[in-house]
Amino acid sequence: MASFWSMWIIILTSITFVGITWILFANRKGEKRATDNTTGHEYDGIQELDNPLPAWWFYMFVLTIVWGVGYLILYPGMGNFPGVLGWTQIDQHDRKVAAADEKFRAMRDRYMALPIEEIAVDPAVRKMGTRMFSNNCAQCHGADAKGSYGFPNLTDGDWIFGGTPDAIKHSITKGRQAAMPAWGTIIGDKGVEDVTAYVMSINGRSTNDEHAAAGETVYQTYCVACHGADATGNPALGAPNLKNGIWLYGGNPEQVSHSIRAGRNGVMPALENMLGEDKIHILTAYVYGLSQ
Amino acid sequence: MKHDVVEKNVGLMIILTIVALSFGTLVELVPLMFDKETNEPIAGLMPLPALELEGRDIYIREGCNTCHSQMIRPLRAETERYGHYSVAGESVYNHPFLWGSKRTGPDLARVGKRYSDDWHRAHLYNPRDVVPESNMPAFPWLFENEIKANITGTKMARLRMVGVPYTDDDIAGAGPAVTGKKEIDALVAYLQQLGILLQSKR
Repeated sequence: MASFWSMWIIILTSITFVGITWILFANRKGEKRATDNTTGHEYDGIQELDNPLPAWWFYMFVLTIVWGVGYLILYPGMGNFPGVLGWTQIDQHDRKVAAADEKFRAMRDRYMALPIEEIAVDPAVRKMGTRMFSNNCAQCHGADAKGSYGFPNLTDGDWIFGGTPDAIKHSITKGRQAAMPAWGTIIGDKGVEDVTAYVMSINGRSTNDEHAAAGETVYQTYCVACHGADATGNPALGAPNLKNGIWLYGGNPEQVSHSIRAGRNGVMPALENMLGEDKIHILTAYVYGLSQ
Repeated sequence: MKHDVVEKNVGLMIILTIVALSFGTLVELVPLMFDKETNEPIAGLMPLPALELEGRDIYIREGCNTCHSQMIRPLRAETERYGHYSVAGESVYNHPFLWGSKRTGPDLARVGKRYSDDWHRAHLYNPRDVVPESNMPAFPWLFENEIKANITGTKMARLRMVGVPYTDDDIAGAGPAVTGKKEIDALVAYLQQLGILLQSKR
């Protein structure tokens, strides 16, 4: 802060202190006046008294002034004067964070050294994981981790981007970006209808066989690259299995055809800039443990 | 002391009251108007682009700030949950600021990039669809209403008058940039840029 403004604050604050002290003492009445302690006002026989402040009240004012002076000596307040204690709120925050880091370091190092599979069943890890999951994951995946429309269920053992500890850790750290293109303009309305019929047929659902047969040709041309010839998907590309009955965006013909026509681009945000490596490790163990 | 003089002279009382009350403003507020720390933007801070600016106005219109603060205090419990504490330099282009002090919902100062666009859309359409225990209201009309693109440039011009460094190009391009956009697009764009300049691992 510029020294002008620092002096401005110091001078005005000092004037305030002097002013309120003066007002307090200048208005103080000692003993009650011997003759008449009224203001002289009288309305309908009711007189307005003019008693001094009760002593406890007066001294309470004095105490607040003394406390105020003490505060401004110990803590920052008088312009650029940092206070005798050198306290700042940022410094206090940083010390608390450092103290917490120190406190949890041993535990963190212990878990970091152990493989995910092993700590996934540790009750302490599960408890910490629950808390972290509630704060960082539950908004999309649900408090019960069962997901919702458009947000994957993490408890069913089906993994779009892979369910190994490494794959889960990668998903949490770097995030994921699903890339199902919009096929509507490429394969046309007929193509969308046919592929939908084909997807229904490989799931054992009744559908138009003629369309399904045409759809298989389209599927083997366009869809096969990601979802695979047998339609079981490819976790490396984030292409879901199309025949296990698990549908992120719904499995009825309308929903499936919409997914094909308009594409799907679900995003898992990266948490690497929010959570430290140790917390991601514990969170990974928790998520891994959800479907074990 | 003769306080009758003050009590019986209303004009004098008004003046003395104003003098007494002004000390707080003069000491606590006026210096901050000239302080570097509260007036200089942090590195990388830009005035909100047209769509985000409209989103901010929708945020205000819908009263989001009555339940969501945008102010992470420097307390470990808060920085652990929300991220780096808020600093004054992040708010220099905010007129009015939306810090708030009441949290019925969580703080949103660093909600940017925390969730996907899809999530925000689903959540604003009906919060219960993604967070069953939520008590946040639904905002389905945002998906139907279009941005009134004809006044976006004027908003920027007015903000420039209070010190937000919009360029003439910004103002000229504002209308076209938001034409045909739905309100939900603007609000999500606004939310997705909140607080992303400062990050801290926790």
